[in-house]
Parts: sequence; structure tokens; C-alpha cells
Amino acid sequence: MNVSVIVAVACAGALFGIAAGYWLPPHGRLPARNRIQGTRRILLPFTGEEISRRSFEAAVRLAKAENAIIMPAFLARVPMNLPLDTALPVQCARGMPLLEAIEQRATSLGVPVDSRVGRGRSARDALRKLIEQEHFDRIIVSADEDPRSGLSYEDLRWMLDRVPAEILILRPAPDDARRISTEAVKGHF
Amino acid sequence: MVAPADESRGRLKVFIGMAAGVGKTYRMLLEGHAEQVAGRDVVIGLLETHGRAETAGVAEGLAAVPRRRVRYREAVLEEMDLPAILRRAPELCLIDELAHTNAPGTEHPKRYEDVEAVLAAGIDVLSTLNVQHLESLNDHITELSGIRVRETIPDAILGRADEVVLIDLTPEALLERLRAGKVYPSERIDAALNNFFKIENLSALREVALRQVAEEVGAKRLTTELVGSREGSLAAAAPQAVGERLLALVEPYPGAQRLVRRAWRSAQRLGAGLDLLWVRSPGKDLSEDEQRSLAALRQLASVLGARMLEEESDDLTAAIVEVASRRGSTYILIGGSRPARGLARLRVPLPQRLMQRLPGVDVRIVADRSQRPNGSSVEGL
Repeated sequence: MNVSVIVAVACAGALFGIAAGYWLPPHGRLPARNRIQGTRRILLPFTGEEISRRSFEAAVRLAKAENAIIMPAFLARVPMNLPLDTALPVQCARGMPLLEAIEQRATSLGVPVDSRVGRGRSARDALRKLIEQEHFDRIIVSADEDPRSGLSYEDLRWMLDRVPAEILILRPAPDDARRISTEAVKGHF
Repeated sequence: MVAPADESRGRLKVFIGMAAGVGKTYRMLLEGHAEQVAGRDVVIGLLETHGRAETAGVAEGLAAVPRRRVRYREAVLEEMDLPAILRRAPELCLIDELAHTNAPGTEHPKRYEDVEAVLAAGIDVLSTLNVQHLESLNDHITELSGIRVRETIPDAILGRADEVVLIDLTPEALLERLRAGKVYPSERIDAALNNFFKIENLSALREVALRQVAEEVGAKRLTTELVGSREGSLAAAAPQAVGERLLALVEPYPGAQRLVRRAWRSAQRLGAGLDLLWVRSPGKDLSEDEQRSLAALRQLASVLGARMLEEESDDLTAAIVEVASRRGSTYILIGGSRPARGLARLRVPLPQRLMQRLPGVDVRIVADRSQRPNGSSVEGL
């Protein structure tokens, strides 16, 4: 075969490849850093403006060891007199900055994060609905019964009875005073 | 929207308040009297006294267009008689309760649409509105007060008003009026005090009303400055210069939630509505992870009170431009894009394409704050 024909075919192929790369819609592809690499999922539920720093650190340690994703979940309560699909901007004004803070902190430590928001008549109801919709391998909660964390001892007992995942309940400790709060958000969130 | 003033159109003045009983209707009637004394032809198109004697008293001396009766199923309802008002053609018409929903069988489903028709006929209108009826504030106020208001009006209606007057009263004074029977009849006072009329509700609503009017004043000042200036034509091209609306471009992957949260915070600060837009390639199948992320995005949008829009298109820019124009977006928020490869480097980046095709709309690229060096941040840990 004539060399010039081979060169022409190769050039045409190269041009076609480049053109295809140019014209194909790019929004279907995701950058590698945005793809979730891990498969195991660690749920970190909270209801208030703070979580125990030990819970967060335990989630990060486990996620690193197991190549897992941390799923911080803000559990919002819908008052009984409102429909369940009500928007909750006042509660979100408290919960979203903490979700942001957890995500920023975990991402800077090299752990992938996939946040969630649950909504129910109570924290337990929101958690139950979230568990019905999502798969988790592990849940990490702190047993400090701090109203800012939102989950009571009764809720923890319910989780042990009903939740089909490994549950890590952190024993109360002096370190529990160290918390991650909404003030940890970098920049003007 | 900044448009050349239509001389033939009537002028709209709205008296806005935090709740029933602050004196909106009373003030509207007083202004009606003042206009009548000044020699204008004034009529009451619709007045709701709610049995308040002092309101009924101040209405005396003003001509009124009688209500018409509308039969709906087994009931006979009384509604404003729009055709009669248009036939009467006064110079100024007083129409109470702008957010009211009309009975089926009338010309328009909503009273603000009737008001639009009156204005279009060259008649000036005075009207009243409670702040919780504004569409963009509805979710916020529902959560604050625990009561969902079903009758809402688009914020643009208030934005188009020529004048907005806040009728302010302290919560304590309003509660005093309520207890004295000046707001509701005696049999309804206890129920009102136990439900909506709580000091914390009223304080929050008052704050919302004050903010809303402050924003209206600010927006009007800005648009007034723009008219006649070099930027006037640009502002006129924007679909909705008064009343901000944000559009955040999302994809079903976990990082999109960060963009949504940031967009929502910005929308909260601006008192603006928020739309989320995902442009899906035709025929694209979603992976399991993407389906999960999409469900999480929909849930987040619902909890935040944002609207999730999903469009199918091959042309990302065209789809965004179409949605932004349709929704009256004033800001577009996008996440950081991946580095271009090959000849794609020669292509005009998406933000520039959007700025070219959407003049007057701000385009904001939302950064990943976790990439910031630690030294420049507040740790708070």
C-alpha cells in the first residue's frame, strides 16, 4: 500500500478522534476526584450544630483503613402539624454549615464524603427513613446524650435493635467536650 | 423588571404587614379618603372588614362597587366584581387582600390577576398583603410559625408595585389589639393566641417583613439609578431585575451537594429563590452511584425549599440559557470544571459562553473550600 495513503488514513483517524473528543458533550463525564472510589459506607448522623470530634475522628480512621466513604447525615425534624415534605430552611440554616464543615475537614484528610439529609417526625424517624433508602455498612454515634447531637439513649437502643448495619457507639469520655461545630467552615459559607 | 414606564397603565401601591390586624386595610382606607378629598374619583373594589368596627367606620364616605355572587357547587360565594369595576372606571380603586384566591367561575383564579387587569385599564390601585403570602418566603414562614399559608403570590407582583408601604406594629401592641377584640371577634381570640399569634411568631414575621421591604427599597433604588444610564438597556434585558433568583448547575455526583449548599446560603442572604438544574445527555443511563446521588440531590432540594429541574439536551449551553430565561435567573452558579484536553482547549469555556448569551446575569464559579490552605481558615475544632 502506498505510504501516502497510510499516512492519510492515520491523519484522518487522528483528526476524527480529536474532533470526537471536542464535540462529545463533556458534562456526562466526571473528574476523577469527584468519583467515589470506596464501596463501604460509614454513616455519621447528627441533628444539631455540633458533633463529637471523637465520632468524626473515628469515622475518618475507619474510612481510611477500609477505603470507605463517610456519609454525614443531617437529620431534620418536621413538626407534626406540617406535611412531611415541608421545606425546613430554619433547621437547614443550622445543619448545612456543619455538613459543610465535616465535608471540608474529611476531604482535606483524603477521605471521600457523600452527604445526606434525612427528614422525619423525629431524629429517629428521619434516621429510619434514611436507612430504608440507603445502604450503610457502619454507623458511628457518640453516647454522650448531648441534645446538640440529638440522639438519645433510647434512639441508640432502637438502632441496636433495628438497624441492619454495624453500629459503633463511642463511650462517653472527657474528650467529648472537643467538638466539630459550624465555626469550622472555611471561608464565608 | 426595568421597563419604560407605560403612561396608560395605573399605579399600584401595596400596604404590607407582618400579620392580620396591624392596620393595613385601615391605612389603605385613610389614603383613599385623602385622595378623594384631593378631588380624585375613588371607589372601594373589595373590602374585607373581618367584622372590625373601626375598619368599617373609616370606609364610610367612600363609594363601593357591590360584590357579585358566584355559585360554586352548593354554595354561593361573594367575590369582587371585576367587570363592574372596569365599567365604573374610577381613577383609584381600593382592593383588599391581594393574595386572595377567587372562586371558580370568575375571570381569574387569583385576585392579583384581577388587579393586573384593573391596572392595565389605567386605574390606580391600593391593595394590602401579609408578608407570609409571598411565594419565596412561604417555606421559611411555615417553618417559623408552624402554619402553611396556601394563598401565595409571586414575588414579582410586589416587585412591580410602584410603592410598597410597610405597616409596622410591635408584636406586643398587636397582641394587645387582639386581646382587646380589635382584630378578631371574641370567640376566635383564644384560638388565635394559642396558634399563630405568639410573640415569637410575630417577632420573626416582623423581622421578615422589615427585611422584605428593605430589599424592595434597595432593589428599586438600584433599578431607578440604572434607568437612563448606559446600563439601562442591559437591565431591561434581564428577565427580573427586582427579585433575585439563583440557578445552580448540578450533576449527580457527591460533590454537587456542596455546590447546592453554597447556592442555598447565597439565596438565603439575597432573599432569593433557588433552582437546581441538571442537564442530562439524551439516552444516558445512570450508574447505581449516580442514581443514588440524584436521589440525594432531590431530597436536599426538597428540604432546602429549592426547585430541582431536569432537562434532557445535547447542548448544555442552550439548555442552561433556555432555563435561565424561563425562570428569570439573575445568578448562575457552577462548580469548577475539569481541565480541557486536546482541541477542547480551544473551545470557549462554559462561564464565558453563558456570560455572552445571558447579558445581565451574574455567573459565579463555586470553589472547593476544602482545598484552601489551613492557615487562612477558622478551624473551630
